[in-house]
Amino acid sequence: MKRKSVAIVGAAETTELGVIPHMSQIQLHADAALNALADCGLTPKDIDGLACAGASPVEVAWYLGITPTWVDGTAVGGCSFMMHVRHAAAAINEGLCSTVLITHGESGRSGIGRARFGFAPQSLQGQFEAPYGPFGPPTLFTLPVLRYMKEYGLTEEQLAMVAVVQREWASMNPRAMFRDPITVEDVLNSRMIAYPIRLLECCLVTDGGGALVLVSAERAKDFPTKPVYILGTGESVESPMISQMEDFTTSKAFRVSGKKAFEEAGITHDDVDHLMIYDAFAHLPIFGLEDLGFVGRGEAGAFIAEGNTRPGGKLPLNTNGGGLSYTHTGMYGMFALQESVRQLRGTAPAQVPNCRISVCHGVGGMFAASATIILTNEEP
Amino acid sequence: MELTEYRKPIPKPTPETRDFWEGCKRGELRLQRCTVCGHVFFPPRGHCPKCAARSVESFTASGRAKLYSYIINHRPAPGFEQEAPYAIAVVQLEEGPRMMTNIVGCPQTPEALQLDMPLEVTFEPITDEISLPKFRPVDAR
Repeated sequence: MKRKSVAIVGAAETTELGVIPHMSQIQLHADAALNALADCGLTPKDIDGLACAGASPVEVAWYLGITPTWVDGTAVGGCSFMMHVRHAAAAINEGLCSTVLITHGESGRSGIGRARFGFAPQSLQGQFEAPYGPFGPPTLFTLPVLRYMKEYGLTEEQLAMVAVVQREWASMNPRAMFRDPITVEDVLNSRMIAYPIRLLECCLVTDGGGALVLVSAERAKDFPTKPVYILGTGESVESPMISQMEDFTTSKAFRVSGKKAFEEAGITHDDVDHLMIYDAFAHLPIFGLEDLGFVGRGEAGAFIAEGNTRPGGKLPLNTNGGGLSYTHTGMYGMFALQESVRQLRGTAPAQVPNCRISVCHGVGGMFAASATIILTNEEP
Repeated sequence: MELTEYRKPIPKPTPETRDFWEGCKRGELRLQRCTVCGHVFFPPRGHCPKCAARSVESFTASGRAKLYSYIINHRPAPGFEQEAPYAIAVVQLEEGPRMMTNIVGCPQTPEALQLDMPLEVTFEPITDEISLPKFRPVDAR
């Protein structure tokens, strides 16, 4: 896409975050949407493009009273919202619509109005994975970890440090669900979930949502908020089954998506002030740092353990506390985008000084999909 | 008969996968090979995922594999309560493809489960129609 041709002018999360048993999933979409519209001074009547995942765009449009001329229901897991941003930018540039609302709402913890997850016995997963006893993402997403550890010598202590550092960020964020500092020993002593992954290396399970409003860069100046421009975008997919992932030490979808986004943005890694890497589990930032090219193969564990991504480090990473400590509704990507926008607006609880370029990288399914959005607050 | 009490997920074959599951019932691990480019692949489908040719043949694999990666699951899926903690593994077949499986005939511990250890296929009948391919250490016979 054309650099800085589209901007995010509205951004907000649900009013409450964490445990929201008094709201259904569709209401979480609406709460986030109304907050994001209020953020930029719009109402649902102003929206002519709608994208969402976890609910049909038909449902969300009807629920909010929107009559769109463009919809996108791409639902490939937690990075769907990064893809929506990318697709929305293309749609705005093509004139298919002018004002896009992207919504996420998920009653991941309370399960109010949420469809249950499961594979049909005739599906590929139902035939070739489910019979062996996986029980959700903690038993599937984690399968590559031991192979990565053997190939690159990543230690259990280094893996634990991912959670420790993200808790440092979360401790500065009043909306983070977990804020008390933790040590490597705390992580290693936490309950074993799926060896070698412990409880504190797994994301939270929460209720919440978020929404974004996008318009053309020309119109962005007319809004009350500081525009956050889309600089580069990428997306890809790999396999619906983790067992069929090409290489357990690197994500093909990450590499393809990241490379495309950096090429579009026309930036180098040294230009990046702030980084979000979707962390459903502690190994995700390690794969992300390497597959996006911030460090070489096998270097990310030491890079994090040495403090490069912690507060005051040279590459601030997952500054809201991430899925491990901030929140994780199930499809966390929207929250990573919200934090990138806050950092570029200068309104983040743990604000990175002079933040101009933020890379926001998402994963969908179990390394099944990926999308990358590079954002900036520098005007076109 | 205890087979009727099997509470775990039971695969249901499709036209594309029927040959594989019938092979398992006979005690044969069936893979597919592209007759144009020679690529060996799994799971079964009607075309080659590498070159897209629709000309594929199935053959019986050696059953030999190596342990590629695994987790040891402490939160059992429904039906697996009696077995936790149990390993969910991905094995690298001698012919190239990988598949998810369980490792049987050895303790479900990090000490017993060493990456790259040699394995061989064994079949566990779970219904009259379905036998699941599982793998055991080569020296566990």
